[in-house]
Amino acid sequence: MTFGAQLTHLLVILFASIFTENILLARFLGMCSFLSVSRQIKTAVGLGFAVVFVMTFTVGLDWLAYRFVLQPYHIEYFRFILFIVIIAAFVQFVEMAIERYSPVLYQNLGIFLPLITVNCAILGASLFMVIREYGFVEGVVFGLGSGIGWMLAIVAMAGIREKLAHSRIPKGLQGPGITLIIAGLMALAFIGFTGVLSGG
Amino acid sequence: MILAVIIVSGIGAFLATVLVFAERVITNYGDVEIDINKGSKKFTVRGGGSLLETLTQQKIFVPSACGGRGTCAYCKVKVLEGGGALLPTEEPYMDKKERADNVRLACQVKVRNDIKIEIPEELFAIKEFTCTCEKIIDLTYDIKQYNLKLVEPQTIKYTPGQYIQLLSPPYEKSSEEVYRAYSISSDPADNTGIELIVRRVPDGIATTYLFDYLKEGQTVRINGPYGTFYLRDTNVPIVFIAGGSGIAPIKCMLHHMKNTKNTRQAVFFFGVRTTKDLFLIEEMKQFEKELHDFTFVPVVSQPEEDSGWTGVTGRVTDVAVEFLKKQGDVSNREGYLCGSPGMIDSAVKVLADLGIPEERHYYDKFA
Repeated sequence: MTFGAQLTHLLVILFASIFTENILLARFLGMCSFLSVSRQIKTAVGLGFAVVFVMTFTVGLDWLAYRFVLQPYHIEYFRFILFIVIIAAFVQFVEMAIERYSPVLYQNLGIFLPLITVNCAILGASLFMVIREYGFVEGVVFGLGSGIGWMLAIVAMAGIREKLAHSRIPKGLQGPGITLIIAGLMALAFIGFTGVLSGG
Repeated sequence: MILAVIIVSGIGAFLATVLVFAERVITNYGDVEIDINKGSKKFTVRGGGSLLETLTQQKIFVPSACGGRGTCAYCKVKVLEGGGALLPTEEPYMDKKERADNVRLACQVKVRNDIKIEIPEELFAIKEFTCTCEKIIDLTYDIKQYNLKLVEPQTIKYTPGQYIQLLSPPYEKSSEEVYRAYSISSDPADNTGIELIVRRVPDGIATTYLFDYLKEGQTVRINGPYGTFYLRDTNVPIVFIAGGSGIAPIKCMLHHMKNTKNTRQAVFFFGVRTTKDLFLIEEMKQFEKELHDFTFVPVVSQPEEDSGWTGVTGRVTDVAVEFLKKQGDVSNREGYLCGSPGMIDSAVKVLADLGIPEERHYYDKFA
């Protein structure tokens, strides 16, 4: 592949993972924090950035572990355990380091890290990376795109919920109920992107 | 297969070692100093933990009901220096004034460097107590009275009207340790025990423990006292309004008034739903006889047809308004309220309508 073709290929993966294959709205992964932390745009942005950051790095780390440890010994079936352990350790480590060395970053990003250690979208991204047989760079780009897509979805949801705070919602639908309905509508809207491009 | 397990465990062990090592090196903040109330108490502690945890280790009990998860907002303290900026997890709980005053949630603030805080003096008096449940008395079908005898420490000092937090240990139906707040209803003259009046909350963790599991003779843990619901040191007439088990702190205040021969005028509106919910009526009538100028008005909102109830019927807040309107200008009075959040909200409204300003409405609202 020429450099240009490669770049196009990566851009397709990036945009597909943001829009058409949005990990939250097309795959419904990472719903728990999506539902519970989407009340304010500000916190949603913080959490979104934490997901982008963690996803990008863990997909890379998991790729390395998969390629250089699991594959050579033919123990790919251990990827679930290994990936989760790597993600958890990475998040813990980053949280500690940020808290110590950069209070400002901790304030804006760090406090969200423990919330996403067990976020299934993070593990999901790594597993998709395996299923789709991405290379290292492709994997990292995919992680980045999925993270941005997740962030886009939660920030959009937070924007809608901030508006909704002033509306009268039937009692039985308040909270998670109306949020799930909105998530469904947003997912329908995102399906509209499917025809545009496909990252396959 | 064995090789696979070894490899995966090996990676796990390696990562764990890295983390343990990192925790030693990175989160070692060394010894830091906590300065409370401008030098009135100072501690040197190991940094790294949350402020709430660290204070608890020093036997200073800041109220907290959620176990440090930042959801109950009871653990508010003023952090004057060294707390860092307000975190997004705290923002929803702080109003403008609290932000300006540097009020923080102690469970969210990490102790990383020397820190200066301000807490109410009375928190120093808060202790943990081990008690024996001496007696359980049925007051109504869903309200019980618990007499707790203090074991360690043996005496308690509190201001009548304050509450304690009772630990509901893990039991069959709940694996959680939770603390729930209950007002002290006993005669403060006896400082070797306390009495609580508890209404059963359907499926409540702590009340199920108290009603179905706790037996006389068993050990109970509490901490306290907490709260700013106590009689203000003035001479203006008092309006008490309580619903159901909300009578507890008011009973304690009445004992205190009797003990100190307080001659303030007081009227107590006690609201319940049906006549089956009435209790402590004899005791209150006794206070009417013994106190200088005390009127007790029990109010039943929905008396059963065959109950023969001849007393006042209606909503307790409506009855209070009618009663007080007949007394002319009552705007100088103090209102002491205890009951469900809904009752308190409507009581606050009627007191305000009667011209009693909000700074003279006193209550501890626990949901």
